[in-house]
Amino acid sequence: MMAASRPVRLRLAMCLAIPAKLISKEGNKGSAEVMGVRREVYLNLTPEAEIGDWLLIHAGFAIQILSEADALETIKAIDEVYNL
Amino acid sequence: MRSIIFDRFRDPDLVRKICDEIKKNASNINLMEVCGTHTMAIGRYGLRQILPDEINLISGPGCPVCVTPTSVIDSLLDLKEVTIATFGDLLRVPGSKGTLEMARGRGVDVQVVYSPLDALKLAEKREVVFAGIGFETTSPAVGSTIIEAARREVKGFSVLSAFKLIPPALDALLASEDTRIEGFILPGHVSTIIGSRPYDFIATRYGIGGIIAGFEPVDILEAVNELLIQKREKRSEIKIGYRRCVCSEGNVRAKEILNQVFEPTDSLWRGLGWIKNSGLRIREDFEPFDATKKYDIHPPEIEDDPRCQCGGVLKGIIRPNQCPLFARICNPKNPIGPCMVSSEGSCAAYYYYER
Repeated sequence: MMAASRPVRLRLAMCLAIPAKLISKEGNKGSAEVMGVRREVYLNLTPEAEIGDWLLIHAGFAIQILSEADALETIKAIDEVYNL
Repeated sequence: MRSIIFDRFRDPDLVRKICDEIKKNASNINLMEVCGTHTMAIGRYGLRQILPDEINLISGPGCPVCVTPTSVIDSLLDLKEVTIATFGDLLRVPGSKGTLEMARGRGVDVQVVYSPLDALKLAEKREVVFAGIGFETTSPAVGSTIIEAARREVKGFSVLSAFKLIPPALDALLASEDTRIEGFILPGHVSTIIGSRPYDFIATRYGIGGIIAGFEPVDILEAVNELLIQKREKRSEIKIGYRRCVCSEGNVRAKEILNQVFEPTDSLWRGLGWIKNSGLRIREDFEPFDATKKYDIHPPEIEDDPRCQCGGVLKGIIRPNQCPLFARICNPKNPIGPCMVSSEGSCAAYYYYER
């Protein structure tokens, strides 16, 4: 039996969301940059999003505003535990 | 942000140090990663191989297309003279009469969309049924689209809601006598929406801990280590290890939209059977956009292949490669059970990475 090739469309996995930066905003619509590519994003679930915010995007909607501060704090906490 | 944060959560030195810590804390333990994306990450980064043998990672029911009954696909295939809009994941999932991809080959109009809003755009010119498959990560986006459809009066748009809820499924797994789960690695992006509180019953009622984890190696290993420490110290707590995307309340606006458009209903899970209040149906206020009403679609029926061991895999009783069908009869090109269907399914992940 031939071995099946590895799945290549991982980013489309259903519960996966990807981070993107909000570049422009008009009402409930905006434009976000994902790895150098700009695309339309809807802000109905994160109406408070501001230009420059990092968003977590799923199915064309921003589902959360990412907290860079929280991420950095988590890293710092882990670094302290492991004496890095 | 990409360079600082993402790289750090994959840093080999940090991974090695956490693994050393895990070795010190290791004891016999069964941990379930609920989410299919975690299952894939564990396979892709080879985490099972670097963890001590005492730690048994079992793959849970968190792959949406895997737990969707085949009759949902059949219902979509039975629709006449409509466009079926779906996420790409569902295309190759077999119903009893073939897949959506095969139907497309026969001339049925099946459109793969990135967002439910793309389906709404299509519905301005024709009748479109959107396949509502997914968990709490996805349903708010679809809820928003239904509200938008109502506002713009797009009469051609409807949704076949087969959405499922994670906490009731975990409750059903824990209530089942043969389950051997001692800790949960809880889903990251479902929790972005629902927060951590809906999982509190796991600790309070069942005395089991859970960590909401991100999808990088450091996230997953940290969760394993924390669960080992909780077991040793006889604690059971629900904690958020993925603070960059999850807070305890979740996304309040998204939860409001969910509640406005949908209501809980009993739901059939492939491999697990009917689970009370574990699904979402469209509320009466939005009935014109409910495909089950518009096209008289009936509830799904149980049709699992009796030889398939997916129920045991989902409960953590057996590993995928302990099923007699695994890789011999059941494989990603010819999936018999739900766990082999999607690349996120636990059997598919074993097939690709751990055979």
